[in-house]
Amino acid sequence: MKKAITRNLIVTALGLFVLGGQITVSAEETGEALYKTYCSQCHGIKGDGMGVNVRDMAVQPRDHTDRVAMSSRSDADLFKVVKEGGQAISKSVLMPAWAGAISDDEINSLVKHMRVLCQCQHGSGS
Amino acid sequence: MNNHPRTSACLLLAGILAVGMAQTALASAADFLKKDCAQCHNLTGPAPTTLKAMWERKGPDLFYAGNKYKRDWLETWLQKPTRIRPAGMYYGNHVERGVKSDEIKTATLTVHPALSAADAKAAADALMSLRANSELIKPGEYKPGSIPMTMGEMLFDKFRGCMACHEVEPGYGGLSGPEMYTAARRLQEDYLISFMRNPQAWDPRSFMPNKNLSDVDLQKLVHYLRALSEENTK
Repeated sequence: MKKAITRNLIVTALGLFVLGGQITVSAEETGEALYKTYCSQCHGIKGDGMGVNVRDMAVQPRDHTDRVAMSSRSDADLFKVVKEGGQAISKSVLMPAWAGAISDDEINSLVKHMRVLCQCQHGSGS
Repeated sequence: MNNHPRTSACLLLAGILAVGMAQTALASAADFLKKDCAQCHNLTGPAPTTLKAMWERKGPDLFYAGNKYKRDWLETWLQKPTRIRPAGMYYGNHVERGVKSDEIKTATLTVHPALSAADAKAAADALMSLRANSELIKPGEYKPGSIPMTMGEMLFDKFRGCMACHEVEPGYGGLSGPEMYTAARRLQEDYLISFMRNPQAWDPRSFMPNKNLSDVDLQKLVHYLRALSEENTK
């Protein structure tokens, strides 16, 4: 009986694993590599908002090297806009929500990288 | 009546020969893909799960080609390939800072070889047999319909922001993603819906975000892409 219950539990757990079936991605990507992959298409290889996509954009992407503008945002704000998109902070729809493509841990790494780009912390800009 | 057994034997032999020939054709087509396509395309899966592997990808993954492409388009395109991704497979390998903004380094972009008509036909047939990820497709999910062009443009550009990364006509729109003005000619509608619903289910490190599109939006976007492709054949 005990064996049967254990076996059922294993089968159920395996089933959930398969049903949950989202392909997992490898961990341990650096903030810099993540930025280069997902962000620089619009924010540019220098992080100054001049990416390859800006030519026909109605709204200029944020310049992440702008110390004054970036220091007015907390890390929590930056995390939120990356995860939930521009509209979550009443900004442009052109900034997509990256939840689903980038994990929370990875977004934290991205926020750290944005602090490297602006060479600033929240409240350090003026 | 007397000929009946002989006729049956002939039919059986013809059947065996036909099946044998079909199998041989399929096997040679598979060999052809392995020999000429596998250098740049992943024919067996899985898709890359690390950024580095994604950056190094030279051409689109083809292990689910039969669920993705329209066969006739494949056969035509393979004979006369055109650029679908203005900045290559991964834009990061092909951009540099220009005068004002990042620009595409066209010198580093590669050109897909053109195949003969016979090879294109064989390749298209073989590609359509590669059908991984079928569980992600709901056959018949797309219901043909229409959307006024201006509404489609508003949805694609203003409301969902897709134009940030995709061109909607040659020379207009974003450049990091594939152009969208021939998308509906290239791609099966049910695939478009499935991919737009969850790009990472197909390609875990795709740099296309999941836009959390509703079922209604997905249908409307495919209507729009179909209209866009129609417009660009004229």
